[in-house]
Amino acid sequence: MIIAKNLTKRYGKTTALNNVSFTIEAGEAVALWGANGAGKTTTLRCLLGVQGFEGELMVNGIDVKRQGKAARAAIGYVPQETVFYDMTVLETLHFYARLKKADPQRVAAVLEQVQLADQRGKRVNMLSGGMKQRLALAVALLADPPVLVLDEPTANLDVRAQRDFIHTVQTLNQSGKTIVFSSHRLDEVIALGSRVLVLSDGELVLECRPHQLAGELGLHRWLRIWVETEHRENMLKVLDEQGFTYQPNGRSVYVRVSRGEKIAPLRSLELASIPVEDFDLIDGELVIAEEHHD
Amino acid sequence: MIDLANVRTITRKELRDALRNRWFVVFTIAFAGLALALSALIQPGGASLRALSYSRTAASLINLVLLFVPLIGLTLGAANLTGDRETGALAYLLAQPVSRAEVLIGKYLGLAGALLATLALGFGAAGVALALQGSIQDAGSYLFTVALAFLLALAMLSLGFLMSTIAQKTTTGLGGALFLWLFLVFIGDLGIMGTALFTQMPIQTVFFIAVLNPLQMFKIASILTIQANLDVLGPAGLYAADQYGSLLLPLLLLGLALWIMIPLAGAAAIFSRQQKLVLRGTAR
Repeated sequence: MIIAKNLTKRYGKTTALNNVSFTIEAGEAVALWGANGAGKTTTLRCLLGVQGFEGELMVNGIDVKRQGKAARAAIGYVPQETVFYDMTVLETLHFYARLKKADPQRVAAVLEQVQLADQRGKRVNMLSGGMKQRLALAVALLADPPVLVLDEPTANLDVRAQRDFIHTVQTLNQSGKTIVFSSHRLDEVIALGSRVLVLSDGELVLECRPHQLAGELGLHRWLRIWVETEHRENMLKVLDEQGFTYQPNGRSVYVRVSRGEKIAPLRSLELASIPVEDFDLIDGELVIAEEHHD
Repeated sequence: MIDLANVRTITRKELRDALRNRWFVVFTIAFAGLALALSALIQPGGASLRALSYSRTAASLINLVLLFVPLIGLTLGAANLTGDRETGALAYLLAQPVSRAEVLIGKYLGLAGALLATLALGFGAAGVALALQGSIQDAGSYLFTVALAFLLALAMLSLGFLMSTIAQKTTTGLGGALFLWLFLVFIGDLGIMGTALFTQMPIQTVFFIAVLNPLQMFKIASILTIQANLDVLGPAGLYAADQYGSLLLPLLLLGLALWIMIPLAGAAAIFSRQQKLVLRGTAR
């Protein structure tokens, strides 16, 4: 569905992408992973044909460099934050439907699909961030394109809106859409992706399955647990005895957990009759001072 | 290959946006109000007095156009692409299956339609008022003056779009548009007059420099239309009438048409080159 060969992009003397090559099969959901400036958004912009590049790039059999407009017709695009013109939801969808040469009857269908049918008469600037992203997804789906390109689509959403959005995209992937999305959130990549392309300083440095990503990059999931001060010493003792890797931080402690064993530290504390006040799940590397206890 | 359906879609959106724009509505009301007020200045009396009075009113309408139309045309054009670029709406629009040329042409036509509708409303109201007083001696010349104002509006919009493609920020674009307005309306004229006096510039040179300004082209063409002679412009007008005779009006029309096309072509070239510059950068 997507073939990139030696994709290179330079902004003056800065190389944003350097000889990046990859192939994405139809129906795959591929995550572009990397820090800010790694080249994720640049890759997506190349896919859309909105900027020039060196190398070869084919989307759905279309040469993006020569037929950018045709390539964009095969792609539904959802940016990190979509800026719409001052129109109602329905007017917005009809406007983009005309540009995409989509059947006007698709408007009602996509409104239902993204659960915005009851918002059709509302002005776009009155919508919440989550609703705007769903509207952007509706616009992307108007012409029923084979490829969806999502640029950190849940970055500005609250937890519930993130979950709903990811669920909708999962359903679309299951229905056969090829998904390419950029992200720096491990949970999103694991929930949505079937493969991960890791970019660093404009180079493709790793290709792996989502569940391998944390291990390959040395990323971890951490369970942050809060207990009353009087139970703190006991908690650390139990965690030590059970062989957990942890880092104390004030009244809380970060405990490293594996994907299928997130509940394990909580179970150990419960068995030791240590009451837990609260907990949170955190992805990635901790920025607190290192204090390993193995 | 330009897809006219895409151009039409963007034109309709721009036209509707412009008509919803508060500043645009204020301009429309102000222009129509002033045009009506000027038409009310026609003095009652015999036919000859009314004819003289009409000439003065028409001249005042020309001055109103010279002041208002460049201001609104330049600022509307200058704020359009820069505004969309700043908000991110332009990037999202360009991520759709449209070409840059379709976006630029669609936006230009939409704003042009709104601007011409405003002028038609102002001139129409004044024309009706004048006609009711029996003051319009020649409806044809009045309509031709309106057509000239349309050409000037389109030329100013083209210049505004050129600024909008060059400037990265709305404030820069608007600042440039206001400076250009000041230059065309006031500074340019005063500069030519001062330079001509100081350097004893030959009259033909003064004329040529003056008609490089599209506002002067409009002014001379309008006066020619209303009065059929250029005495009112002094030696430069007499020189022009003597030198070009009946060719002067077609030449001025051609000049105004060039002022529409050249800045718009420049804007299109820069707008598409903003992508090509990136392409050129990658070719190294």
